[in-house]
Amino acid sequence: MKAGEKIGAVLVVGGGIGGMQASLDLVEAGFKVYLLERSPNIGGAMSQLDKTFPTNDCAMCILSPKLVEVGRNPNIELITFAELLRLEGEAGAFTATILRHPKRVDPSKCTGCAICHQYCPLEVCSEYNEGLTSRKAIFINYPQAIPSTHVIDRKDAPCTARCPVHLDVREYVGAIAAKEFTQSLEIIREKLPFPGIIGRICPHPCEEECLRGTKVDEPLSICTLKRFVADWGVQHGKSRSQNPPEPQYQERVAVVGGGPAGLTCAHDLARLGYGVTIFEALPSLGGMLRVGIPEYRLPRDVLDQELQAVLDLGVEIRTDTRVGEDVPFADLLGEMGYKAVFLGMGAHQGMKLEVPGEDAQGVYPGVDFLRDLHLGRGVKVHGRVAIIGGGNVAIDAARCALRMGADKAAIFYRRTRREMPASAEEIEAALEEGVEIRFLTAPTRVVVANGRVTGLELIRMKLGEADASGRRRPIPAEGTEFTAPVDMLIPAIGQEVVVPFDPVEEQIGVTPRGTIQVDLLTGATTLPGVFAGGDAETGPGIAIEAIAGGQRAAISIHRYLRGIDLAAGREEADRFVVEDVPPGIPYEGRRRGTPLPVAERTRTFQEVEAGFTEKEAITEALRCLNCRQCLGCGICLEVCEPEAIDYSQQDAIMEIEVGSVILALGFDAYDPHERGEYGYGRYANVVTSIEFERMLSATGPFNSTVMRPSDGDIPQKIAFIQCVGSRDHEHDYCSSVCCMYATKEAIIAKEHVDFIEPTIFYIDIRAFGKGFDAYYERARQTNGIRYIRSMVSKVTEDPTTKDLWITYVDEDGALKREAFHMVVLSVGLRPSEGSRELAAKLGVALEANGFCATVPSAPVSTSREGIYVSGAFQGPKDIPETVAQASGTAAFATELIASSRGTLLKKEDYPPERDVSGEEPRIGVFVCHCGVNIGAVVNVPAVREYVKTLPHVVYAEDNLFTCSQDTQERIRKVIQEEGLNRVVVASCSPRTHEPLFRRTLREEGLNPYLFGMANIRDQCSWVHMHHPEEATEKARDLVRIAVANAGLLQSLPMQRLPIRKRGLVIGGGVAGMMAALGLARQGFEVFLVEQEAELGGNMRHIHYSLSGQDPQAFLQELIGKVMAHPSLQVITNAEVVDHAGTVGNFVTGIMIAPTMTYRKLEHGITIMATGGEEYKPREYLYGEDPRVLTQRELEEQVASGAVDPGALRRVVMIQCVGSRTPERPYCSRICCSVAIKNALKLKEMNPALDVHVLYRDIRTYGLLEQYYTRAREQGVLFTPYQPEEPPRVEATDAGVHVRTRDIHLGGELSLEADLLVLSAGVIPRENEELAALFKVQRTMEGFFLEAHMKLRPVDFATDGVYLCGLAHFPKLIEESVSQAAAAVARACTILSKDELEVGGVVARVDAEKCAACLICIRACPYNVPLINEEGVSEINPALCHGCGSCAAECPQKAIELQHYRDEQIIAQVSALMAAGGTGGGV
Amino acid sequence: MRLDYPPNVKIVRVPCTGKVDLLHILKAFEEGVDGVYVAGCLEGECHFLRGNLRAKKRVMHVKRILTALGINPERLQMYNLSAAMGGRFAEIAQEMTEKVRALGPSPIKTGKGREFVEGQGEEKGQ
Repeated sequence: MKAGEKIGAVLVVGGGIGGMQASLDLVEAGFKVYLLERSPNIGGAMSQLDKTFPTNDCAMCILSPKLVEVGRNPNIELITFAELLRLEGEAGAFTATILRHPKRVDPSKCTGCAICHQYCPLEVCSEYNEGLTSRKAIFINYPQAIPSTHVIDRKDAPCTARCPVHLDVREYVGAIAAKEFTQSLEIIREKLPFPGIIGRICPHPCEEECLRGTKVDEPLSICTLKRFVADWGVQHGKSRSQNPPEPQYQERVAVVGGGPAGLTCAHDLARLGYGVTIFEALPSLGGMLRVGIPEYRLPRDVLDQELQAVLDLGVEIRTDTRVGEDVPFADLLGEMGYKAVFLGMGAHQGMKLEVPGEDAQGVYPGVDFLRDLHLGRGVKVHGRVAIIGGGNVAIDAARCALRMGADKAAIFYRRTRREMPASAEEIEAALEEGVEIRFLTAPTRVVVANGRVTGLELIRMKLGEADASGRRRPIPAEGTEFTAPVDMLIPAIGQEVVVPFDPVEEQIGVTPRGTIQVDLLTGATTLPGVFAGGDAETGPGIAIEAIAGGQRAAISIHRYLRGIDLAAGREEADRFVVEDVPPGIPYEGRRRGTPLPVAERTRTFQEVEAGFTEKEAITEALRCLNCRQCLGCGICLEVCEPEAIDYSQQDAIMEIEVGSVILALGFDAYDPHERGEYGYGRYANVVTSIEFERMLSATGPFNSTVMRPSDGDIPQKIAFIQCVGSRDHEHDYCSSVCCMYATKEAIIAKEHVDFIEPTIFYIDIRAFGKGFDAYYERARQTNGIRYIRSMVSKVTEDPTTKDLWITYVDEDGALKREAFHMVVLSVGLRPSEGSRELAAKLGVALEANGFCATVPSAPVSTSREGIYVSGAFQGPKDIPETVAQASGTAAFATELIASSRGTLLKKEDYPPERDVSGEEPRIGVFVCHCGVNIGAVVNVPAVREYVKTLPHVVYAEDNLFTCSQDTQERIRKVIQEEGLNRVVVASCSPRTHEPLFRRTLREEGLNPYLFGMANIRDQCSWVHMHHPEEATEKARDLVRIAVANAGLLQSLPMQRLPIRKRGLVIGGGVAGMMAALGLARQGFEVFLVEQEAELGGNMRHIHYSLSGQDPQAFLQELIGKVMAHPSLQVITNAEVVDHAGTVGNFVTGIMIAPTMTYRKLEHGITIMATGGEEYKPREYLYGEDPRVLTQRELEEQVASGAVDPGALRRVVMIQCVGSRTPERPYCSRICCSVAIKNALKLKEMNPALDVHVLYRDIRTYGLLEQYYTRAREQGVLFTPYQPEEPPRVEATDAGVHVRTRDIHLGGELSLEADLLVLSAGVIPRENEELAALFKVQRTMEGFFLEAHMKLRPVDFATDGVYLCGLAHFPKLIEESVSQAAAAVARACTILSKDELEVGGVVARVDAEKCAACLICIRACPYNVPLINEEGVSEINPALCHGCGSCAAECPQKAIELQHYRDEQIIAQVSALMAAGGTGGGV
Repeated sequence: MRLDYPPNVKIVRVPCTGKVDLLHILKAFEEGVDGVYVAGCLEGECHFLRGNLRAKKRVMHVKRILTALGINPERLQMYNLSAAMGGRFAEIAQEMTEKVRALGPSPIKTGKGREFVEGQGEEKGQ
């Protein structure tokens, strides 16, 4: 690539509906697409929905064709189960680094037969069904999923993720459960040289994460299980005796400190073949393991045995050698000749109490006490022993003191048991043994007599605020001092590391805490060749952390000595951790080995904990949920006939080059667990809206039955609670979709079971979109959904019936309590997990709530050039807005790289097609076994033999997998050898596999329409698996039908029509100008036609904005750019008078005033941006009293100075004037935010001004909510009114008198206003004639009607015509800007091509037969047929959608739908009954 | 979903029920099938806007023709369901099979004359 050249590819991050739409637009506009998706398949949140509002379309029905389209496109590369790690370079030429997680199934071999799924023994929580059901560990989320390859989910178990050395807990516990103890031990030893030690003394942080503990009952005894196998190994001679490995390397390494960190480092390096010397200050190895941990917890034979394994490796040991004293540190790397050093000193210095008398005799610091005891230095204990502290050292000291003969051991701790850092089991054991623990007491003074301790003065503490450690800070309670008699005092309040040499002098950096400063990834200190880990790095920590530090250093030292980059590839990617367990796991408590009886414990150091017997261990191991993920059992490997399963796949990194990036990261539903709101997680019958959505779905957990989770009853009364996780202190935004989806769910639930009575508790109903208000009104009036304007204050559960009591204040202020059978929480949208981290990595700015920050004039541009955003990541929004914005984003993302259009597209190259017309049909049939999917039920060889007897069949064979790559080669060969001119495959669904076979035919020079398919799997073997004989019979029938049809198949050559690469935009407002400019910047010529004399439309009347951007400056800049662009021709004063042609080749006539010149414009596409206007009110004295204005008039007059807010005392605003009325039953969407904008402006100019807004529902959706909050903070008053009781207005001399019923106060609110401002709705501009000319449709209200409410929001049903701006529906400027860009992207899918392929499955008229009866014209839903100059019907193949309605209606049978001709269908029907008439028989 | 349904149901694929012609249905009866049903999208959710509504009218029309021919119009049905309703599909297959089984073989196949006269209900059922 030359410098400065742009890369013609785009990376789309996020495979939800937005990412999919952007990908399709991008690729159609000539750019290669990489579609990156975190989960195994695309489809996003929409794939979980049952229905969509406001049309109640089945979500999967409309999504599934899109999925197939994306999956099939050769220029969209799907990268699923992957994440973006880095983005380097700059706009136009980025390099993206992507981490691909292993799917463990090879997509090129997987046929989607799903056998693996049937055999997999592991039930896993189904994320797709929101945890309401389980799935298998090898899985696909739903049958239509793309890619259709199964995935083996091997997420990390939380225990493994938490373990500092990431021990494979599931694996070794699984091996115990399977009685494979040797194997279990080997798995542990892979990562841990000391299982017997760690299995005894580890405080097991892993168990805290155990999902069995957090989600079911009690955590698994992971630690004790580890100990069990270690002990079993010793008993069965499996202890590791290693011969010293052959030395591999010359270099020798010095290890300072023989504790767990140093021993591990030495062990690992010795195994690699390095010579290692351990320098240990004490007389024996083991560090704290030997001198800190008492023998009753860690018997010394266990310790010695495991340490011996290190010695066996040939490690040299120098005990009693303190580096820094006995050996100068500098000598290690100097004259002693070590090439690297590991610093693994422990924290052996006890911390001082800092109270008077501490130095008296009888005061024995805890670590010293334990050390001297274990080194046999004659420690004597008698009388009353007091221990200060709350950690394990304090407990150990106390328990040892008792064993050493103390009369009494008492621990004094300054906080409570809850804050005690010692492990719970240790505390319990100490209490059992008679250790006394006194909480909330701290020493103030040691009482000393004759230089000996005799007592301890203590003070009572109380707990204050939490400190830095998150624990509550103890505060002394003055005057509560008391004294306890004490003979020996053991302070054990912590220990620290003492570096025996001066690190600074040695150029080794230290932290403020006095520990060695190291690089977290590598353990490297600031001095090259010196590494550190364990307590020396972290301060006092646990053994397993020290072991991890030793391991890390060993890897680094090896790399250092071998000249390998220390850090490369060691960055730990975010671990995917299992978070949920499947439902229905029975309660089963944790097992514990039988400890030594208390009576036997106190005077001996015999080991207390007994560990598990073999039987106990197995039973306990069976409690492991395996975190219900793949165990690698190998069953799928055995059943998968195409051998697609590959357990060995690992994470892989890939790099791709792209010109721009689109972030379509989507959203996560708010998790109401977080605050326990309304009892979610505690009360079984409180569910989230997304869980409820799954319950409604036919593919959901209960087969679309609405059931209460507690008892499976159908709930009669269901309450929906709105704004859960939206519009609160933490989330100052509206999630935009919840009012509508709750309404939808209520309607659908009622449709399922008509006695269901839904109630929706809401603050404001925000039905602000197209068709939303009508939907809401229908729900209320026709469907009988009850709406209550109230925030629910409390939900409580009836413990017997599990019904839920809702407490709320109703609209009249009365406190009510009502019982419901089920409660649905309408959870809000929040930025998806990980989006914050990704944004930080990419350098993309976010707004306060974590959504992507954008400005209204560029709503899809992020703060980094070349990165664009769409969908809910930019702010909460519904599907059509997401789709429109995604298209808009595609336009912006390609504008930048327009010069590289088409450079990276893969062009399919096929040989010229063979003309088969006139040939006798020669049919080849391939019958598929689909592994055992078909073969195990249907007698495939019998079907093959039968097929050979059918007419025109010249060849038949059967295949294990007809779709496999080698079979494609085989089909091509057979076509050649047998001279086939038709091919039939009897296998699975044409929906998924037809494109593949058609491609094979094309490769061999056959027209793709010469292919036919019989679905003998989905329609036969799968659904008749218990009737193999009938199924075989039916398979014969189905193949016979397909063959009969195949004999009649014809080549359908595609016609190519050239495209006029020029656009026409009608309307010169912001939307029209943005669209025209966008097209021009994409490199196309554009006509922009405006009926008025100047450009700007409504924007000319807008003077300020909520976001603070200056609208007029923006407008002038935009007009300047439009006028200046060389390929953009602006024609003002012009009106469209005629229109003809089809997509790619339109001709539009315009008349230009004042001369009324006629001009013909030729163009390939049209964008309608004819705009809307403010409704002229007839209500509230408008036009009668000059003090009554519309919002727009107020804005203009404030901007011009005609209204001086400083001179006003009170302004009243009335919302919904001319909107939401029977005449115009829609919400004008923008008036609430316009009113708030103007109210804030007035308040800004005159804070004393009283602004009163009378409203029905405040609809500041999405991030606009913050302005509503701000207006209330500024003192703007909001009072709701009911449509049945609108405000009454009267003109008086003093002002405009407004009266309304105040539902909050219950009385009448009477306001004398200087100005009354009406929030007049938006109405479409006159567009009826235009619609007729362009054959585009309008809604009842006169707005343009898009092709599909959800998924084609800027297309008309008429191809090549697009819409944007207010002509579509009222919207904000930023929404118009995105929508205009969307229209550009959609237009580019046509304009970027040189020619259009038309034909295929379209209707064709036989002019001879046509009687011009016009029936076809009425039948066609798309107004395609026309009576041509010859007086017969003509159907333009470029416009025909191929439904065949006209053909079925044509009384003359003059119309035939290609590929589905009557002759074919009748042949199929006849074939059905051919073989002895069994076909239709019952 | 692999829900079991009777194997006697066989599918002829059309792009839209709007394509289903009177002729196709009548031809099927002429060939001797015992029952026909047309399975279209849910009303209001036609992929081609209103093909299923046109099909519904045609099905009604053919029912009248069948009546006139003395064939029980119950042998012909129109069902609406969505692509996500696998369970319903199996249910309909079952329902239709039971219905047709109760009516017995088509009189066209048995050659036993009219099985149905309008206004008199079923003349002969099994």
